[in-house]
Amino acid sequence: MNDHTPALLIILPLLFAFMVSGMAWIKKSLCYPLAVAGSGLCAFFSIRVFTHVLRHGTMQYSLGGWEAPWGIGYHVDLLNGVVLVAVSVLAFINMIATRKAAAIQFPEKEGAFYALYLLFIVGLVGIVATGDLFNLYVLLEVASLTSYALIALGEGRAPLSSLNYLYMGTIGGCFYLLGVGYLYIMTGSLNMADVASLLRPLYESGAIWVAFTFCMVGIGVKMAFFPLHVWLPNAYTYAPSAVSSLIAPLMTKVMVYVMIRLMISVFCVDFAFSVLDLGSAMVWLSILAIVMGAALALAQKNLKRLFCYIIVSEIGYMVGGAWLGNAAGMTGAILHILNDALMTICLFLAAGTIHYRINNLDLDHLQGLFGRMPVTMACLVAAGLSIIGVPPTCGFFSKWYLITGALQAGQYGFMAALLFSSLVNVILFFRVFEIGYYGDPGHGHMHGSSPETRTEAPAAMLAPLLILSAGLVVMGVFTGSIVAAVIDPIIPAGLAR
Amino acid sequence: MSELIPLIVAKYNYWLYIILMMIGLYAMIAKNNLVKKLVGMNIFQTSIILFYVSIGCKKGGTIPIIHHGIHAGRHVVDPAHYVNPLPHVLMLTAIVVSVSTLGVALALAVKIYNRYKTLEEDEILARLRAK
Amino acid sequence: MKTAGIIIVLLAGALLLYATRDFPPWGALDSPASTHVSPRYLQKAMEETAVPNVVTAVLADYRGFDTMFETTVIFCAGIGCFILLRVFRQRPGDRYYRHIATEITLHIKGGRIPKKSSEFERIDALWTPYDLIIKTVCRILVPFIQLFALYVIAHGHHSPGGGFQGGVILGASVILLAISHNMRTAIDRFSEKTNNLLMAIGVFIYTGIGTVCILLGAGFLDYRSLSAVLFVDKIMARSHGIFGVEIGVGITVMAVMISIYNNLASAGKQDEGL
Repeated sequence: MNDHTPALLIILPLLFAFMVSGMAWIKKSLCYPLAVAGSGLCAFFSIRVFTHVLRHGTMQYSLGGWEAPWGIGYHVDLLNGVVLVAVSVLAFINMIATRKAAAIQFPEKEGAFYALYLLFIVGLVGIVATGDLFNLYVLLEVASLTSYALIALGEGRAPLSSLNYLYMGTIGGCFYLLGVGYLYIMTGSLNMADVASLLRPLYESGAIWVAFTFCMVGIGVKMAFFPLHVWLPNAYTYAPSAVSSLIAPLMTKVMVYVMIRLMISVFCVDFAFSVLDLGSAMVWLSILAIVMGAALALAQKNLKRLFCYIIVSEIGYMVGGAWLGNAAGMTGAILHILNDALMTICLFLAAGTIHYRINNLDLDHLQGLFGRMPVTMACLVAAGLSIIGVPPTCGFFSKWYLITGALQAGQYGFMAALLFSSLVNVILFFRVFEIGYYGDPGHGHMHGSSPETRTEAPAAMLAPLLILSAGLVVMGVFTGSIVAAVIDPIIPAGLAR
Repeated sequence: MSELIPLIVAKYNYWLYIILMMIGLYAMIAKNNLVKKLVGMNIFQTSIILFYVSIGCKKGGTIPIIHHGIHAGRHVVDPAHYVNPLPHVLMLTAIVVSVSTLGVALALAVKIYNRYKTLEEDEILARLRAK
Repeated sequence: MKTAGIIIVLLAGALLLYATRDFPPWGALDSPASTHVSPRYLQKAMEETAVPNVVTAVLADYRGFDTMFETTVIFCAGIGCFILLRVFRQRPGDRYYRHIATEITLHIKGGRIPKKSSEFERIDALWTPYDLIIKTVCRILVPFIQLFALYVIAHGHHSPGGGFQGGVILGASVILLAISHNMRTAIDRFSEKTNNLLMAIGVFIYTGIGTVCILLGAGFLDYRSLSAVLFVDKIMARSHGIFGVEIGVGITVMAVMISIYNNLASAGKQDEGL
């Protein structure tokens, strides 16, 4: 009990969030440093937790000194650990990268903005670390409520999109809560490990089946799984750029993590695959998600909106991979959570950087952008190649695992969908690159500067972007050791290898 | 049919909550006015509160405040005499969450009204399309 | 949309109804919910925390971590409403002033904001002159409401009540002032800055008490360790810890309620309310 890192990871950003919001009324210039400190400490402690888990195995922490089924316990294994690191580090990098954009967009409410930012991180980190079903719901609502407020800060249709997101998100949250209620009435417990052990004799019960369905539908709404994705494109497109590059990569990925967590630690794989036999149905749904996401992305004329539909299709990859019912598919899904978070943050940060300079993200306005913002566009190319799945970027490797899994499971439709969406991504990104490279800069809507001038974004925005794009390749190169050290041990034994 | 009726009577609390939930969910999906949707959302959330509270119910149980007198803390408590406190605690949290969501949603509705001067969804969408 | 709605709703309802078949009978004493985790709370709460109200004990101690985030959710809502609605720079619009001695109302369109003076009072656009009874009754009521709120917070250990309920009542007393007089009167007495600071301070107290427990060598929110600084035994330390936490909750809830009301009712301008 002497090691408090799992708790500190959450408490410190929380304390800093309150300090930031108070400091907004006392000394405004301190808000940003405090926010960076809070987010940085969160990243630091999550890395410490992760390395500890890597060396010594699972970490347990009982909050309030009450042991697990009575109190709330944290249970951090490798799966939580690695997602924790991804969430906190990416949120920290994004905070640094979007400093300038945020300072312009919210001059008077910087304190409140960073307080919400930190609370959003707290929500996500808490969701990932917790071992209690109801605690997960509360933190889910912390994360959702902050994201509604943050998204609505955008211009134009942002409040309307955010309100629609709020309705959908509340339905999702309530469905999850209903599912937890059904689990509680059948087992009498809320702790994940405890519920898992109590569920074993109850597998045949219809109530458990319904509880599972409602939890999954609720999580599905929050992660924007295809037929439930309608809130996502508007919400993320109209959000301010500093916000969309925070929420778009993290929120959906954390929800995929919750789905995998529920599948392997609460309901257990036997229930999900043998008792329910939902595997192939879910894979077909995710095929639909991938194909529709890719097809809708083709129709988009706005860069950010295009990325939003790519997210919808990527969610299909992860859900499908997790439901393939074999080790390779699950490995691919977990690996893709990390890779996709990295790729999406790259895409949205690049889009934010472009928006910072030319204030418009419609595709026709991007003409000649390679000449004007070469570094940003280079990073966009790196992220695009990774989304397409070109080696040695990380996108290739997770797709490789997913395709291997599909072949092993005999799900050729899923494999075809993956290849189809890769093909569509090629078309999408090369269209963007073509406009950016060959498009006539004079034709675009310039803001005074001559076509050939470089209007590269400030170094403070570029450096994080460059680090992240380098990360894409580094993740790709070290995929083998990441899978061996981190992901292999967490694949549940029940899955076919 | 003869089996169904005792089933309904024995568990009518669940039937009631499900009917309330369906009303709320329907309003959220099908209503056109943004504030009516909010009202639906509240009905939905309240029905879940009803559900949880009825989980905690015990026949013959009273409110979970332990009688304490001279023997404070030393006498044996029979759990059958008090209703289950856990669902009540959970629902305190859920009430707070629903109030907070309502607050933020109303703030958004005020913002939308200031911008479009209406809260009917189809009118707003028509106006957006006309642009 | 309507047919789709009906289909979805019926599907969800049918699924939920189908599942009730497997539920234990309503109010059964041997259902898993009443036999697995909860008996411990009922049997041991008094012994372990010295709080007779088991709901309070579970809320603020056994599952105190949840409650901390519950307070955080409230805080998020307050900050959210503030950031969404509050407008700082505003064009001076129509303003109404009343000359107190002669009861003549002046209507000022645009221009600069006049300085405060004792001869003129600013009034709302929808101002009704004869509200003496309402004003007086509400002014008399406010201290009693606040007293009751403090009682509800302080007596949460022994009877239904606690930080959330008390905080809402405290907030209601200030909101009553804003409704019966006008929003400016309420803000003069309870400024926006104080309110926003209190909002953060309340949750900070909650989290701070938890962190102090870490500094004293126990786990987060493990109030037992507070016995070292409070000079009581470990069980009473839990009881006092719960009380401290409830105070924090009360402060935040009060401030957030006032902030949400002020921002919503005035659409962020914080000058004229309902």
